[in-house]
Amino acid sequence: MTPKVTEMNENPASTPDTSTREKSTPGAEPVLAIRDLVVELPGPDGSPLRAIDGVDLTVGRGEIVGLAGESGSGKTMTALALLGLLPQGGTAAGQMLVEGDDVLKMTPRQVRDLRGNRVAMVFQDPMTSLHPMLSVGKQLTEHLRHHKKLDKRAANARAVELLATVRIPDPERALGRYPHQFSGGMRQRIAIAIALACDPALLLADEPTTALDVTVQAGILRLLDRLRRENGLSVLIITHDLGVMSALADRVSVMYAGRIVESGPRADVLREPRHPYTRGLLDALPHPDGGNAALVPIVGSPPKLGQAPSGCAFHPRCPHAVAGCAEERPNLLALTPTHAGACPIDPLAVTASKVGTP
Amino acid sequence: MNATRLFLGDRLGADRTPSPDDDAPRRKPRRAGKSPWRSPLAVTGLAIIGVFLIAAVFASLISPEDPLAQKWPKYQSPSGDHWFGTDQLGRDILSRVIHGTRISLPLALLLVVLAMVIGTVLGAVAGYFGGWIDMVVMRCADLVLAFPAIILAMAVVAALGPNLTNAVLAVVIVSWPTYARVVRGLVLTLRQSDFVQADRLLGASGWRVLAVDLRPNLAGPVAVLAALDLGNAVLLLSGLSFLGLGAQPPAAEWGAMVNAGSANFDAWWVAVFPGAAILLSVLAFNFLGDTLRDALDPRTARAIRK
Amino acid sequence: MTALSGTSNLTVTSKDVGLRLHDLSVTYRSPGRPLVRAVAGVSLAVAPGQVVGLVGESGCGKSTLGKAAVGLLKPAGGRVTFNGRAVDTLGLRPRPSDQRGLQMVFQDPYASLNPRRRIGEQISDAVVLAGGTRERGRETARELLERVGLAAEFVDRFPHEFSGGQRQRIAIARVLAAEPSCIVADEPIAALDASAQASVANLLLDLARERNVGLLFISHDLSIVRQIADTVAVMYLGTVVESGPTAQVWDDPRHPYSKALISAVPRADGSGELPVDLPGDVPDPAFPPTGCRFHPRCPIATDACEVDEPALVEFLPERRAACSVLAPALTKVG
Repeated sequence: MTPKVTEMNENPASTPDTSTREKSTPGAEPVLAIRDLVVELPGPDGSPLRAIDGVDLTVGRGEIVGLAGESGSGKTMTALALLGLLPQGGTAAGQMLVEGDDVLKMTPRQVRDLRGNRVAMVFQDPMTSLHPMLSVGKQLTEHLRHHKKLDKRAANARAVELLATVRIPDPERALGRYPHQFSGGMRQRIAIAIALACDPALLLADEPTTALDVTVQAGILRLLDRLRRENGLSVLIITHDLGVMSALADRVSVMYAGRIVESGPRADVLREPRHPYTRGLLDALPHPDGGNAALVPIVGSPPKLGQAPSGCAFHPRCPHAVAGCAEERPNLLALTPTHAGACPIDPLAVTASKVGTP
Repeated sequence: MNATRLFLGDRLGADRTPSPDDDAPRRKPRRAGKSPWRSPLAVTGLAIIGVFLIAAVFASLISPEDPLAQKWPKYQSPSGDHWFGTDQLGRDILSRVIHGTRISLPLALLLVVLAMVIGTVLGAVAGYFGGWIDMVVMRCADLVLAFPAIILAMAVVAALGPNLTNAVLAVVIVSWPTYARVVRGLVLTLRQSDFVQADRLLGASGWRVLAVDLRPNLAGPVAVLAALDLGNAVLLLSGLSFLGLGAQPPAAEWGAMVNAGSANFDAWWVAVFPGAAILLSVLAFNFLGDTLRDALDPRTARAIRK
Repeated sequence: MTALSGTSNLTVTSKDVGLRLHDLSVTYRSPGRPLVRAVAGVSLAVAPGQVVGLVGESGCGKSTLGKAAVGLLKPAGGRVTFNGRAVDTLGLRPRPSDQRGLQMVFQDPYASLNPRRRIGEQISDAVVLAGGTRERGRETARELLERVGLAAEFVDRFPHEFSGGQRQRIAIARVLAAEPSCIVADEPIAALDASAQASVANLLLDLARERNVGLLFISHDLSIVRQIADTVAVMYLGTVVESGPTAQVWDDPRHPYSKALISAVPRADGSGELPVDLPGDVPDPAFPPTGCRFHPRCPIATDACEVDEPALVEFLPERRAACSVLAPALTKVG
């Protein structure tokens, strides 16, 4: 066993001032614009089941957007649709613009080019994207030589640079090592380096820190934040962990049963959640600074695929549900100029207009 | 390191975050039309076995002639009178093939059950208790597996004397180690599983763990193995008879009949029809074994178990 | 933590009641590798009705400790006692009945229930093994299923019909059937969804209170331990580095590792504050650092830390920390 490489500290002065965080300038084209995405998967009897039902989402340049929700809410499916990796028989409709190009109109070949080149993905388990039998250098340079058409020398130099960017100590030596010689946190850094190899416009991070220890997780979160600040990386981070969300995301969208039920700037959504589901998620968390209050789980369970209740899908579990909730499916309403929620009982909803309507 | 990991891009929507807490347990609807028992192979296998079973049960009713009667001309080619022709002693081959099901099928079944029981018990005990029991059992198994099955079976029959009972015994002796190995491997994994540990903490003895906790978990794989082994058993038994070490004349046994036919290649029908019977039954048992394996695969097993 | 008496009315003679680990160490030997001391001298006590949290990151030996505590692993040194009697390591013999009050809840509810047996049968095992009838076992299973928040009619169903959270409840019901006085729960909620985590954690806490069951709650998640545990022990690389009443440790951690662990927890408060990371990785337990095992990552380490192995010092009643740098100052600060 080779001794594990140790991790270097992220820039200690990296706690960002919210105001200096880059925002997508108005008028500039967002890196990702998803409009009215509908994904249907084949059900057990072959009839299509709606996994995602009208999702809108944008990620601006240099922005980190969080997509939250419990398992089965459709958050991972959104990412898979974007990568053209839906399970067999799945169909996607709507618009998914990556830098203005609609993924849903691309040929399979174009989608393959998009993946890895313009949209890169980081998974919960870095070993799903790292080849266990190839050295880290091989994996990085292959990627560079294939996609970027670099010669061996240039690819090596770039690989070292990338490993340095994700703070792998002694990058030259790291090139010759194999994934199993690194710890979980370092592997995730390497996976991020590979994802960055082709200067993607967008990084999709699906539960990138869920499998890691908290102290290591903190390092990865800092790394992503630094990459955004220094390299202008745009990130769509998918996680069930609202703590991670709070640390990293500029804007947060919360999904439930295939729909977005609340979205807005991080501080708005997490400090003043408008939707009862978001509130429920927050109450179920142990509150580090909230005294010894008991955990309050959300009653019931999320609906299965294709079994979403009528009206508001959350109404059977909602403490505030009224009779009308079972009937009309609520739209996402602009409660404030930045904060949208899909709960018609919300006092702000009375005067709000539907998101997307001028 | 696990070499079977998926690579980027190959990974499909398996949501690795844990499944949600629900209040109503999910009852997966049985997937209509997806049952492995409806695949063409399974249907074919079942149909062939069905035909053989009917032939075995009603052999004396449906066979046109007495299988041992030597009252027709020798080496008659297939005709309206004798669909499969007659053999070197002027016996009706169709009747002999039909009666052959009464030897091959029950004996194959019997010896597979014997091998399964012996192998499973020995393998389970070896796997669970380990130590010298494991050593002894597995070295015996290795010894048996070190020989080609048919050679060892021949040696055993040669030592015991050539007859059908000894042939069955010989095939049992060469078959049990497969079960012992598979079961031992399963037990070795399962005995470390959390649910066995939990039962041990509640005070279960080793025997109870084997009989109560592990038996249902072993049943599926062993059944698949047995079904796949049935074809093998038919083949081995006929092989021994072919070599003159199993069924003795004048018994209507497929292997022995093929042997008789091999003496005279001009009369192709003498060997071909019993040979086809062997081929078909082995194929059918293999189809069934494959189907059973598909059916008991953890994913689809849920639907089947209801 | 040699004398963790969480409940104040414990008398001196009741000191032996419950689960106690004395200087426990557990080693692993794998071919071609040096002996790994996964647990290197830990003392801990869990009294009936008390919830003790054991926190640490992966590879710190907390699960190994849990397994050794119930007898699933053989200790290499030290002692484990349950109600004053040494806990046997499980061999081929059935577990003695006086130890069946010490039970374990496992992390993975998909692996801890037998997929091929009805849940009612599995829950009634404890009753049958204790000499009860099948009917009695079935009755117990129905009662316990209701106690853990499921329907009594579920007795005849198979585990695959349930979600992770429900399975964990079933696993808890099975353990309850043995009428335990101490439960070791090894990451019981780590594999569950957020809302299921809360409800299973609440269930365990309620059971501990209502049935006066001691609970050793092993977790990597300090924030959840903080919610439910009376006292907490923080483990790093096989040793306890800090222990004490949960609220005190959380509000005023002394050991640099506990501090790092607490400040690395991201808070869902919308502040956008990045958690503080701890540089470096947990070292390979086969090659633990000399002296204080935390020194290579410690922000306040001195040269002496590479040599001296710090002892767990009680600097306040029931509060202990193992840090040579802080040791002289600890009592004063308190």
